[in-house]
Amino acid sequence: MKIHEYQAKELFKNAGIPVPEGVVCRTKKEISGIVATMKMPVAVKAQILAGGRGKGGGVVLAKSIESAQKAADTILGMQLVTKQTGETGTEVKTLLIEQGVNISRELYISILVDRDRAAIVIIASQDGGMDIETVAEKTPERILKVYVNPLLGLQGYHLRELTNGLDIPGDIAKSFATIFRNLFRLFMQYDCSLLEINPLVITKEDTVFALDAKVDIDSNSLFRHPDIVAMHDSDEEDELEAEAATHGLNYIRLEGTIGSMVNGAGLAMATMDLIKQAGVEPANFLDVGGGASAEMVENGFRIILRDPNVRGIFINIFGGILRCDILAEGVVAAMQKVDLSLPVVVRMEGTNVDAGRKILAESGLHLTNATDLTHAATLLAAI
Amino acid sequence: MAIFVNRDTRVLIQGITGKEGLFHTRQCRNYGTTIVAGVTPGKGGQKVDEIPVFDSVAEACMKTEANASMIVVPPPFAAEAILEAVDVGIDLVVCITEGIPVMDMLRVKNGMKGCHTRLIGPNCPGIITPGECKIGIMPGPIHTPGGPVGVVSRSGTLTYEVVHQLTQQGLGQSTCLGIGGDPVNGTDFIDCLLAFQNDPETRGIVMVGEIGGSAEEEAAFWIKANMDKPVVGFIAGLTAPPGRRMGHAGAIVSGGKGTAAAKIEAMRSNGIHVCENLGSLGVFCRKVFAADAR
Repeated sequence: MKIHEYQAKELFKNAGIPVPEGVVCRTKKEISGIVATMKMPVAVKAQILAGGRGKGGGVVLAKSIESAQKAADTILGMQLVTKQTGETGTEVKTLLIEQGVNISRELYISILVDRDRAAIVIIASQDGGMDIETVAEKTPERILKVYVNPLLGLQGYHLRELTNGLDIPGDIAKSFATIFRNLFRLFMQYDCSLLEINPLVITKEDTVFALDAKVDIDSNSLFRHPDIVAMHDSDEEDELEAEAATHGLNYIRLEGTIGSMVNGAGLAMATMDLIKQAGVEPANFLDVGGGASAEMVENGFRIILRDPNVRGIFINIFGGILRCDILAEGVVAAMQKVDLSLPVVVRMEGTNVDAGRKILAESGLHLTNATDLTHAATLLAAI
Repeated sequence: MAIFVNRDTRVLIQGITGKEGLFHTRQCRNYGTTIVAGVTPGKGGQKVDEIPVFDSVAEACMKTEANASMIVVPPPFAAEAILEAVDVGIDLVVCITEGIPVMDMLRVKNGMKGCHTRLIGPNCPGIITPGECKIGIMPGPIHTPGGPVGVVSRSGTLTYEVVHQLTQQGLGQSTCLGIGGDPVNGTDFIDCLLAFQNDPETRGIVMVGEIGGSAEEEAAFWIKANMDKPVVGFIAGLTAPPGRRMGHAGAIVSGGKGTAAAKIEAMRSNGIHVCENLGSLGVFCRKVFAADAR
């Protein structure tokens, strides 16, 4: 789960990681009052979850009260288009107006889980403020990686490796070490999957600030973080994906025309690939769970049908412990409840498949029984 | 022979008194698995279908000589359940539970280093040696006992699909297992491939991967250097959009890494027989394994 920059900075503040003074602004009425209390310059920052805000015009550095007010007035309420939002962009509903600082150096810091090593990795670079993927590609020697055993935690030598590697002068190395300790503790305490600061700045006055803050939390851990759950902002989620989630369905919307409904995530992915191989494009990923109950299937149909791009539906179900005849009854019950005018191809395989296919064939419903995946692909290509 | 489980495996179920736990306990027992105990803290002394329930794994192991555990407890308690079984020194832990926080699994994985216990999963369908022992939630009847093919996969229903196609082609299986769809898991592809390589009954292997991480690539390099048995590979997720989690917590392409195309390329260049079309996987395997037998 992603949280906003201002929310992440709230966590930072509580964890002892210095951030510039800032005020959150949600209405145009508040703007002049907030700006009047602040010392110029200020940074006016759009609070949306998508990345690339700066390049999209969602972050403005203002040197005077007038220009700060103008920037805030422009950004609040705008449709901000970035490389991650899609063409229509995202409406900016919240601003963070932040005290400017005298930047001397910009660093890059992130912490994430290295799944292959089963470790926590701290990534740091002296090239803060830039796109870190570009740095990694063009000058990999300027990227520092420090691996930490999650059981043993951050040690002194890790900190020395970081401060030496980032060429942090001795007099502020100590405050840096404290910030790293606090960041690491925050990462572990909140089950983060990503914590990124770009840039972490050293000011001309030799103080350190996290100018930006990006924190993603492992969704599987939310049961123990009610304070994070309260930060959830569904505004930027796809409407259909959000609705699917309320039904316990795993749905991801894509650009194609063939909707699919499958039991199990791996099979659902393979089914999307199969649709593509048949020469058509998948409209979605939809895993209704290994059990694929009638209710789940019905909800799945309703979600798929609300995507106007869908021209046909492919149901691919492997009946295991839940036998095909039971699953077929579920599909039939669901299809009778939803108003379907689109072609539906059903491919069913597994335990009691003959009984299952018979139920589908005798249902009187407008569907095509595929005999196997290859046959299903041919049918899909013809839609 | 077979790998990791056989007719001598004695299984205890952690979470036996839950609805799912009980359902799958019965399914496993009906398949022929020797289930000797259940563990649910606070319910020690009870019986479930004549299976004795204990308060702790230690007590269950001491009194029943269980040597494997299947974990079907909810995600908040699953990591601790694994650690409890590991602490007792049981040979094998199969964790079915989906939705365990990554941080919990990081601690478990590091805490298990140097321990004797093998962990399969979490977020997996389990393991089956057809005709001998099933520890998991997979449908038993689609498998064919005493066959030459080993199956290892990151998925659930996709594995059943593959096994079913093998059975339809007359190819029985030695052992089939899912290593789980989470980013941090216990037994990995290479552990299974090594065991299959050393198992005289297994003559060919099907490896089913998916997007995310680099386990398939590492396995591919390892196969070239260490195996002489033929391996068929399949990767799900060619059409998966980057940055999105495709159902499984571990199935995500991030920063351009973990794509299906890269995995397929790594497999191909290391001598793995890659099948890109799921519909023809069974036939593909028959051809590859038959050619090899000649």
